[in-house]
Amino acid sequence: MATWHKQRDERQRRLEAAGRLATGKIVHAGDTKSLFEAVIRPGDRVCLEGDNQKQADFFAEVLAGVDKSIVHDLHIVQSGIVLQAHLDLFERGIARKLDFSYSGPQGAAIARALSAGKIELGAIHTYIELYARYFMDLTPNVALLAAVCADRDGNLYTGPNTEDTPTIVEATAFKSGIVIAQVNKIVDKVPRVDIPGDRVDFVVEADRPFYVEPLFTRDPANVTEGQILMAMMAIKGIYAEYGVKRLNHGIGFPTAAIELLLPTYGERLGLKGKIATTWALNPHPTLIPAIESGWVEQIHCFGSEVGMDDYMAARSDVYFTGHDGSLRSNRMMCQNAGLYACDMFIGSTLQIDLAGNSSTVTPGRIAGFGGAPNMGADSHGRRHPTDPWLKAGREASDGPAALTRGRKLVVQVLETFGEKMVPNFVEKLDSLELAEKLNLELAPVMIYGDDVTHIVTEEGIANLLLCRGPAEREQAIRGVAGFTDVGRGRDRAAVEALRQRGIIRRPEDLGIEILDANRQLLAAHSIEDLVTWSGGLYRPPSKFRNW
Amino acid sequence: MEKIEVRGTAKRRVPGTSLRAITGVSASGNLEVLVERVMPDRECMVEVTTAVAGFGDIWRAVIEEFFERGAPGGLRFSINDGGARPDTVTLRLMQGVRLMETTK
Repeated sequence: MATWHKQRDERQRRLEAAGRLATGKIVHAGDTKSLFEAVIRPGDRVCLEGDNQKQADFFAEVLAGVDKSIVHDLHIVQSGIVLQAHLDLFERGIARKLDFSYSGPQGAAIARALSAGKIELGAIHTYIELYARYFMDLTPNVALLAAVCADRDGNLYTGPNTEDTPTIVEATAFKSGIVIAQVNKIVDKVPRVDIPGDRVDFVVEADRPFYVEPLFTRDPANVTEGQILMAMMAIKGIYAEYGVKRLNHGIGFPTAAIELLLPTYGERLGLKGKIATTWALNPHPTLIPAIESGWVEQIHCFGSEVGMDDYMAARSDVYFTGHDGSLRSNRMMCQNAGLYACDMFIGSTLQIDLAGNSSTVTPGRIAGFGGAPNMGADSHGRRHPTDPWLKAGREASDGPAALTRGRKLVVQVLETFGEKMVPNFVEKLDSLELAEKLNLELAPVMIYGDDVTHIVTEEGIANLLLCRGPAEREQAIRGVAGFTDVGRGRDRAAVEALRQRGIIRRPEDLGIEILDANRQLLAAHSIEDLVTWSGGLYRPPSKFRNW
Repeated sequence: MEKIEVRGTAKRRVPGTSLRAITGVSASGNLEVLVERVMPDRECMVEVTTAVAGFGDIWRAVIEEFFERGAPGGLRFSINDGGARPDTVTLRLMQGVRLMETTK
């Protein structure tokens, strides 16, 4: 007789094995290790919640310390490998296989562990690509979550940092998996139900609040005049040119400069209400002056940002908030908004090659992707028109207008040289060498050249949509690559011809007054200024305070 | 300390009557430029003092490109470099020309 509920039976056995440790759904923090040893089986796919922001760090440390004769050879399927404990899982042999998205601070450690054969790598994904596989071939057997608080029925309040949780729970709970949450506090009644309790099997009150990385805070004091010049060019030559209203910004200083120029330079150009009104964006503190000046209609967030919670709660016309008042973020939904409802992505990168391929891999580091490849990609499933999307599509095509499809604007903004005079324009991406060395089937590329529409450097804007053929494209890229070897290798006549056709535009071609590229143009000059703009509602973490 | 001096010609005399301007800051990763109207109308010159040795050819390329793009006829630029990258150098030099054009 065929049985059709082996997974449910297995789940039941595990719940029974853990039953003695729980009072209802509540398990004491000191019993967490025993709980894991009772419900996690060798070879399980486990999601230990953590992304570029929040971390189930208490669970991570406990899992790294389980008895490996009981729990071993796990297949880790999670967004972020960010904590030392995540690496310890592999060092100790508790986990063997890895499918992930983002590693940020552990980029070098992951590369070393791969070299040493400690990690069997599945693939490096974008966030939603990994989530998608949760519903196909990487469904977790066990999910270990982080939440702000829980009630005794297991209802979870994930608060402003909801992020990945609903997606992980959806995949695990509805496929007979086990869901366990670490919470900062067990309460009688949660402020709002982010995850219904019947999807949660166990709750542990951790010995400390879960960790959140303030990843999206850029101190205006560190914005350079070169970045201000690039920001002015982007606003005038791209935002205004295409009338971009719906967009996403990356994490770097050049886009922080753009945010800080909207209420000053943008205002002067008469662009308020015409550009940058509607966002898929983390809660960037540097956007506060634009919000307070009435530039921004609406923002949906992937996650939260340390110190921004009270400000966002007080600006519910702008942010998505629950009936309890606090922000509701959701990475899956926000990534989807970025894919299908943003007309532009603009972000920084570390390397661009002659075809416009863009990578953040540097020698010996695998930083992963996070969401950038999705934000920075044209979605071929999009079917609704907007002016910027259609204009970009027309620029890219020579054919008859009747069936011209639109294009998402994908803009890379970077200085031609990075730290220590390392050139950011290269003939060959470091990613290729890394892939060879680590035997990766696919070299990690953040944004493929055929998706990049514009490159902005201090030297000017290259519009790749208007280029015809790889040779023109190469000269357009060389033509904004400054004094790097790639830039100095340009064909000067070809670059001048591209400039005549408006494919390359210099600050002077855009009518930019170079004396305006001055820090006085920033709407805020310090974190303290941002606090003032927010009326005291923004409470920056101490590492950003110097007053 | 490395000293670099580049002389060139320009396609115009920078308009205006101001004799002297200073732009930038002497700080790490930045530079300070003193601009003086002391050269013949179609000539120009940049003197660089830098603690970062070994980038002489890039400096010369940056400066020659600037003579072409900024057309700074009549001006001498004295750069006190704090390890600025070429993008900052170009920006400061271009700002120096504009200051001489626009201030009285």
